[in-house]
Amino acid sequence: MSEAFSIVVDELVKRFRRFTAVNRISFSVARGEIFGLLGPNGSGKSTTIRMLCGLLTPTAGRVSVVGFDVARDPEEVRQHIGYMSQKFSLYNDLRVVENLEFFAGLYGVKGAQLTERIAWALEMAGLNGGEELITGDLAGGWKQRLALGCAVMHRPRVLLLDEPTAGVDPLSRRLFWELIHQMSADGVTVLVTTHYMDEAEYCNRLALIEAGRLVATGSPSELKRGAIRGDLLLVECAPLGRGLEIIKRQPGVLDAAVFGAALHVVVGAADRARAELPAALASAGVATSRIEPIAPSLEDAFVALAGKRHDLGATQ
Amino acid sequence: MTQAMVQVDGLIRRYAGRAVIENLSFAVQPGEILGLVGPDGAGKTTTLRILAGVLPADSGGARVAAQDVLHDPEAVKSVISYMPQHFGLYEDLTVDENIRFYAELFEVAAAAREQRARELLAACGMTPFRRRLAGQLSGGMKRKLGLVCALIHSPQVLLLDEPTTGVDPVSRRELWGILYSLVFGGVTVLISTAYFDEAERCHRLLLLHRGRQLFWGTPAELKGMLPGAVLSIASTDPERLRAALAGADGLLSAMAMGDALHVVVNEPARRIPELRTRLEAAHLAFDGITTVAATVEDVFAYMVSREPDQRGRRP
Repeated sequence: MSEAFSIVVDELVKRFRRFTAVNRISFSVARGEIFGLLGPNGSGKSTTIRMLCGLLTPTAGRVSVVGFDVARDPEEVRQHIGYMSQKFSLYNDLRVVENLEFFAGLYGVKGAQLTERIAWALEMAGLNGGEELITGDLAGGWKQRLALGCAVMHRPRVLLLDEPTAGVDPLSRRLFWELIHQMSADGVTVLVTTHYMDEAEYCNRLALIEAGRLVATGSPSELKRGAIRGDLLLVECAPLGRGLEIIKRQPGVLDAAVFGAALHVVVGAADRARAELPAALASAGVATSRIEPIAPSLEDAFVALAGKRHDLGATQ
Repeated sequence: MTQAMVQVDGLIRRYAGRAVIENLSFAVQPGEILGLVGPDGAGKTTTLRILAGVLPADSGGARVAAQDVLHDPEAVKSVISYMPQHFGLYEDLTVDENIRFYAELFEVAAAAREQRARELLAACGMTPFRRRLAGQLSGGMKRKLGLVCALIHSPQVLLLDEPTTGVDPVSRRELWGILYSLVFGGVTVLISTAYFDEAERCHRLLLLHRGRQLFWGTPAELKGMLPGAVLSIASTDPERLRAALAGADGLLSAMAMGDALHVVVNEPARRIPELRTRLEAAHLAFDGITTVAATVEDVFAYMVSREPDQRGRRP
């Protein structure tokens, strides 16, 4: 059978009593791809990843991983996936090497292969010489890379990461993503959940998920290009508050908001707005020091796509 | 020079023999938003709790609205509002009842209360939900209700501990919209965040790492500290580009993104053609090299990379 796609999710649904946590989600992840599920807390990301591991049974829909149906062949699927959860399920009172041995044992890694994998994991995590450290004493970034090492002791073809970098420092986060990109280059398929907009930029392709529904999929640049109707301008002016009031009233302005010491303004046509806005501001006594087009962020894309359905308020 | 609304000098707090915050010194002007930015364990919450008068310091000075917080913590409580990460909303009370509870607690006059509540609820887009139980609100709505309750007594200084963590982006923008309208009215805001992209929204930043102050200043000043410029090379296979460029002259760092390689180089005008030539010689396809703005995270990672290595405490 064709294995162009390592993960296929088809019309997946999970209900908890009356609450629909995952609502008819479908996507496919190609071999070696890094695919991100991006959404706020409570949007259904972790529920989806747990159904992919076989830890939760779907209410409806299908999941297959490297060609095996998760519902029919859960044991087969488990041999091919590595799973790292939000809380880095390490034993804090064990030594570093004991955690590696424990997870290797769970996955049936033995003998020469065990020695080789432990050496590899220590090197990868930057823990050479740190085998005897108590895991609970490690700083966040090292703990995180140790958890990654434990999750891939058995060389899985698919790696599932649930909020792997929440709260760690940015340098550790970058080291972590370098490791993920190297694994992906070696053919490992990666599915990762995150609620950090900027972190999603590390993924080859993304699905934006909100309130259990898939809002959009695409590469980070596709999503940023396609999401905003119009052009985004950065406007620096003083006084800022008065400037905002004036700009909101100008024809051709679709949206305007304060962003730090400047305004972000969405306009129908950037060239026209750049010509007209400074004069309109000046006539109201507001001086413009800078006006230029900027690239929309993923957050801009998310807000534009999700915002349409956002007047619901409640969890259901 | 106006008097600072918050003034902190050499602040130290120890816990179990270890400094949780080490020698912090910064000031916040009236109407300014200061962002306390750093990963878990940086000391953000400890700093805010000391300024709120709910946690004593071991040494140093801290003044809020001209009151000495360390010697007279009760004096600041009428001018500040502190919203911890887990703000105490009563889930079995309605939105309105929660607001009334906090209004009573802060002794807001009944006449002023309704007007203030109406304005705040409108600004949060929560007017239609006044009779809904707090327990039935989404995560973003709960944070907004927490903010309404924290603002009901019109504080001069607002201390917010990670109000946007895990909140959906639409609610997050609304929260920021409210903060900006408050600072236009003269309120001073200290807000902690673990999101580096959010730091760009603050007027000034205090970067914290393991209790130490890495930086205090504007986002623009911070970005000026990164040596060189960030370039983005669009590609469907950034990891191969990274390998091909390893060791190139003037290349300070390289990071594979989802559909681009980000590199920091020392002299962009000279390095762009050199990088292009090198990639073409290696027959690697790419879709243009552009200069991109450095992010707060770029600079933070650079600063942390120069710190001494500390994997953790020895057993």
